[in-house]
Amino acid sequence: MALPESRNSFSVQQMIQQKKQKKNKLIQTEKIVPFILLLTAIVSVLTTVGIVVTLLAETFTFFNHVSIKEFFTAQKWYPFSETQGSFGILPLISGTLKVAFIAAIVAVPIGIASAVFLSEYATDRTRRIIKPILEVLAGIPTIVYGFFALTFVTPILRDLIPSLEIFNALSPGIVIGIMITPMIASLSEDAMTSVPKSMREGAYALGATKLEVAIKIVIPAAVSGIIASIVLAVSRAIGETMIVAVAGGSTPNLSWDVTGSIQTMTAYIVQVSQGDAGYGTTIYYSIYAVGFTLFIFTLMMNLLAQFISKRFREEY
Amino acid sequence: MNTTMVKLNNQQNQTAANAESQRKEAVYHTKDLNLWYGTNHALKNINLEINEKEVTAIIGPSGCGKSTYIKTLNRMIELVPDVKTSGEIKYRGRNILQKGYGVEELRTKVGMVFQKPNPFPKSIFENVAYGPKIHGIKDKKILNQIVEKSLKGAAIWDEVKDRLNENAFGLSGGQQQRLCIARCLAIEPDVILMDEPTSALDPISTLKVEELVQELKKEYSIIIVTHNMQQAARISDKTAFFLNGEVIEYSETDQIFSNPADQRTEDYITGRFG
Repeated sequence: MALPESRNSFSVQQMIQQKKQKKNKLIQTEKIVPFILLLTAIVSVLTTVGIVVTLLAETFTFFNHVSIKEFFTAQKWYPFSETQGSFGILPLISGTLKVAFIAAIVAVPIGIASAVFLSEYATDRTRRIIKPILEVLAGIPTIVYGFFALTFVTPILRDLIPSLEIFNALSPGIVIGIMITPMIASLSEDAMTSVPKSMREGAYALGATKLEVAIKIVIPAAVSGIIASIVLAVSRAIGETMIVAVAGGSTPNLSWDVTGSIQTMTAYIVQVSQGDAGYGTTIYYSIYAVGFTLFIFTLMMNLLAQFISKRFREEY
Repeated sequence: MNTTMVKLNNQQNQTAANAESQRKEAVYHTKDLNLWYGTNHALKNINLEINEKEVTAIIGPSGCGKSTYIKTLNRMIELVPDVKTSGEIKYRGRNILQKGYGVEELRTKVGMVFQKPNPFPKSIFENVAYGPKIHGIKDKKILNQIVEKSLKGAAIWDEVKDRLNENAFGLSGGQQQRLCIARCLAIEPDVILMDEPTSALDPISTLKVEELVQELKKEYSIIIVTHNMQQAARISDKTAFFLNGEVIEYSETDQIFSNPADQRTEDYITGRFG
């Protein structure tokens, strides 16, 4: 074997100089890349702006046909009635909120409890098995959930509550709750896992039990992340369409009753989009007004989430 | 220069310390303790007796098992997965490694201060009140007294008395560490374990914590792990030298630093390795 030469037969500096000439091209790419990246970012911003503008424009047209006062205060939503048509969105809002509320009642306790289990009690192995399963649950198409609600959950509920109608708020509410549980569980678990280990140790060293550490240290420290996950999940429930369209019925109703047929804002938009109304009619424009209201709702939820998580943040 | 000073100082105190230590009872008897992390044999046949109302320092190079040992004394080591132990550690006569020994009860008696200050993300008041609260003390008046007493005990009361409701994370590192000591004092433990409590602190904060330890040993038994040999010499009554998971030497601090029995101890304290 040849001995290594005492000096390199090549000079690294020289090679760098040579490469530098080629590099000039690279430098140009360096300048172009951020510009391309900016463009991609602008695409999504522009899309959002475009959607809002379209919504707004058509909504204004709608308010030429129907007064804002009627829209927000009338208690009936009879858009298809030729003679006594009434466009009061409250029944649709009530349908949406009932379903979202039931979903939250189901999802918040289950989601947070599973997050506590996963982050504080489960061994690494258990977590590695359970978390992917939870995430699969989040990936099931919502139409499947819709049929699950209509053909499986509703019959069971009707055995328990005989007065329950075939289409009702309860069954889709529960199923949407099941659908958003993994979201709360997974995001809350992330928030809890990122609470530093040293904080848990501090509490354990004072003789705290696992439950005391979870409830009095980990949850308060992770509360902003937990609230964000809940709000995100509830926004999802408010915007959920297929499950309520399939299992919720199409009877807008302003009431507290969860056993009867309802219609949510989203389900109404589906109904009209399916071709029940011609272009340019009041009904056609009404879906934009409803869509805009829906948009306001989710926007408010997001603002609320930001406010709450700032307010309750425990900084560490 | 420095070591000779320490030696001279210590020799003067030696007789007094010896006489005093004979009157003291042991809090911890460690007998044939072995500990494994998976297959890594981290502690080997540890036999130590630790006295009450003394400061016992544990010194040794990184990875020698000193932190592992101190965390075994309140079983915090169990938070590490895959830990196995054999042998026994008797705390006040009862083997804490035995099945059925309530770990929460143990940690209520044996407090711990960590390497990095780890206050809770709560107010200064809530940090100190947390321990008493989880053990069922709810009376606001009593809690107020406990908080004040503990903060005074940890020599931080004057600095924080006007901002008890502010977040603990607004304090400096040294203040946070003294707050953690106050949090520990709030449940009036019997023993305080300190795992390199000053390694993340500046010299002035370190000095304050050291003075505090001197003060606290009147009422508490303190076991302190330290990287800093001068610190061990300054504040401890007894010193144990750990190396590769074994106790090489354990005796009066003056003895260890002036006249170590083992060559390896001498090499370590004179800075030849570690």
